Amino acid sequence: MEQERPQNPVVTEEEVPVIAHGHTYASVTDEISAIVLTTRTPREWVIGFGIAFLLAMMLLYSAGYLLLKGTGIWGINHPVGWGFAIINFVWWIGIGHAGTLISAILLLLRQEWRTSINRFAEAMTLFAVACAGLFPILHMGRPWLAYWLVPYPNTMGTWPQPRSPLVWDVFAVSTYATVSALFWFVGLIPDLATLRDRTKNRFAQIVYGMLAMGWRGSARHWHRYETAYLLLAGLATPLVVSVHTVVSFDFSIGIIPGWHATIFPPYFVAGAIYAGFAMVLTLAIPLRAFYGLEDFITMRHIDNMAKIMLATGLIVGYGYMMETFMAWYSGNPYEQYMILNRMLGPYKYYYWALILCNVVVIQSLWFSRVRKNVRLLWVIAIVVGIGMWLERFIIVVTSLHRDFLPSSWGMYYPTVYDWSTYIGTIGLFLALLFLFLRLLPMISIFEMRTIVPHPGGKATH
Amino acid sequence: MERSRLWGLMAEYDNPGDLVAAARSAYQAGYRRMDAYSPMPVHGLAEALGFHRTRLPLLVLIGGLVGCLGAFTMLWYIETAVYPVNVGGKPYNSWPAFIPITFETTVLFAAIAAVLGMLALNGLPTPYHPVFNAPRFALASRHRFFLAIEAQDPIFDLAQTRGFLEGTHCREVSEVER
Repeated sequence: MEQERPQNPVVTEEEVPVIAHGHTYASVTDEISAIVLTTRTPREWVIGFGIAFLLAMMLLYSAGYLLLKGTGIWGINHPVGWGFAIINFVWWIGIGHAGTLISAILLLLRQEWRTSINRFAEAMTLFAVACAGLFPILHMGRPWLAYWLVPYPNTMGTWPQPRSPLVWDVFAVSTYATVSALFWFVGLIPDLATLRDRTKNRFAQIVYGMLAMGWRGSARHWHRYETAYLLLAGLATPLVVSVHTVVSFDFSIGIIPGWHATIFPPYFVAGAIYAGFAMVLTLAIPLRAFYGLEDFITMRHIDNMAKIMLATGLIVGYGYMMETFMAWYSGNPYEQYMILNRMLGPYKYYYWALILCNVVVIQSLWFSRVRKNVRLLWVIAIVVGIGMWLERFIIVVTSLHRDFLPSSWGMYYPTVYDWSTYIGTIGLFLALLFLFLRLLPMISIFEMRTIVPHPGGKATH
Repeated sequence: MERSRLWGLMAEYDNPGDLVAAARSAYQAGYRRMDAYSPMPVHGLAEALGFHRTRLPLLVLIGGLVGCLGAFTMLWYIETAVYPVNVGGKPYNSWPAFIPITFETTVLFAAIAAVLGMLALNGLPTPYHPVFNAPRFALASRHRFFLAIEAQDPIFDLAQTRGFLEGTHCREVSEVER
């Protein structure tokens, strides 16, 4: 961000611009902040938030009942001890990855189109990580002792085992949550100052004013701010890759057939970005239509996100292929049995549904006519979200339900509490997202100002 | 206005180019206690004010090193001294297994250092600052650009400095009380 940039780098002649023509600093500021500063809450927002809030209350009930009764209310038992809790954990945390990719990696790669989607993608990351973090904690059985996972000197004289990937996970996920929150908040500071200066409401002035911490847009402040933002992006980039790598270690360090594979880290990271972009599209398409943000989230964004989804989807498809190939090539009868059981065993419908969702359906994204059809793209994004959930289901359940000894084989059936907890976290996620849309600018205003074609024309960016 | 209550003079600009040019000429005219305000980062503005380097990267490096060494030392201490667990006869100091946590802690401490360091060096939070007394300063977070020269500056003179600022391409110059 420090170097000189070409005059107006975002608009080339053939391409759709990343911001519609005719916008100025003032119009960008007014349009985005008006969504937050309006005194009239849209009726659709109230209905949407209400439904999401009710689902979040269902989560509260399910978690409360879990604390009362223990994990026996879920479908987990021997041999499938992981079940929905770990499936949903991996699914949610994967969804979060797209937000960090957009905000950090695309920033370092100077992809200016990221500017109008990074704020709500980061919010999505934060809320998805919050949902993800709930699952391993609830899965512990005694969640009130979750702090035992943290190494600290205690009267029991015990320490967590730092050679275990499960302990790595504690550090990876908590670091990821903290750094994502910091990155998001730092990005918000100048926009909070804008809201403070523009709101007429005294209470809002005080709240936004305290959060903006007295930001006044000083040149010296901006200089350090940009340095800090760039360094955070540089730190978040390896972090996001490491988080899903560590999540995949939870599986691949174990000797379970189907898990013990070196392909897991890259395959998981690609799957995470794939699911995450699917979620960003699932949210962005209705949002831009409802709030009339087509000027800022243009077809260029939609098209680029669909392309990233296609690319990562192909990597995931390659992962499925290699799993099958390695099972055959290894000559290990347990690996070979595992893959045949996946394809032809009791969970075969889930496996083929997963292939349909994640490998077959996305091939349509090769065609620009499909990528330009936002409704169809929205459906495809949801299909991918379901497909990635099925992938984690297949990985967790099919590998565990056939143990090495046939005497310990079993089946996994989720209970109503498995479903209510899972759907409850979707409610929590959406409820937080609705609050975010109402209270904070969903598009980074100050970054949008930097891509507006500027008057006066001297070097800025 | 009483001299002692005057904090400085503030000029308002339409676009970043004029602001950078004004800041540069103010620096050349010898003004040092001044600052520029803009709704987004403006390339070259801090340099025009004579502000070139920040110590922030050093703080981030220190944060990262503290996280890295602290985490590795802790893990090494747990595994070799306070809670050694023999896993299949593997060495107690099995350092490759300590790398993931060491890496995560390095990133965590560096990121916290970046954010807290940025806020601390910027002197934030600042609940009160005289620039907000300028009548049109709220526009600094929307679409206007400001240059303020403080009355504390050694060569500040109300009439002369006002004349200087009016000579730049500004919209208007206003006096700011402290």
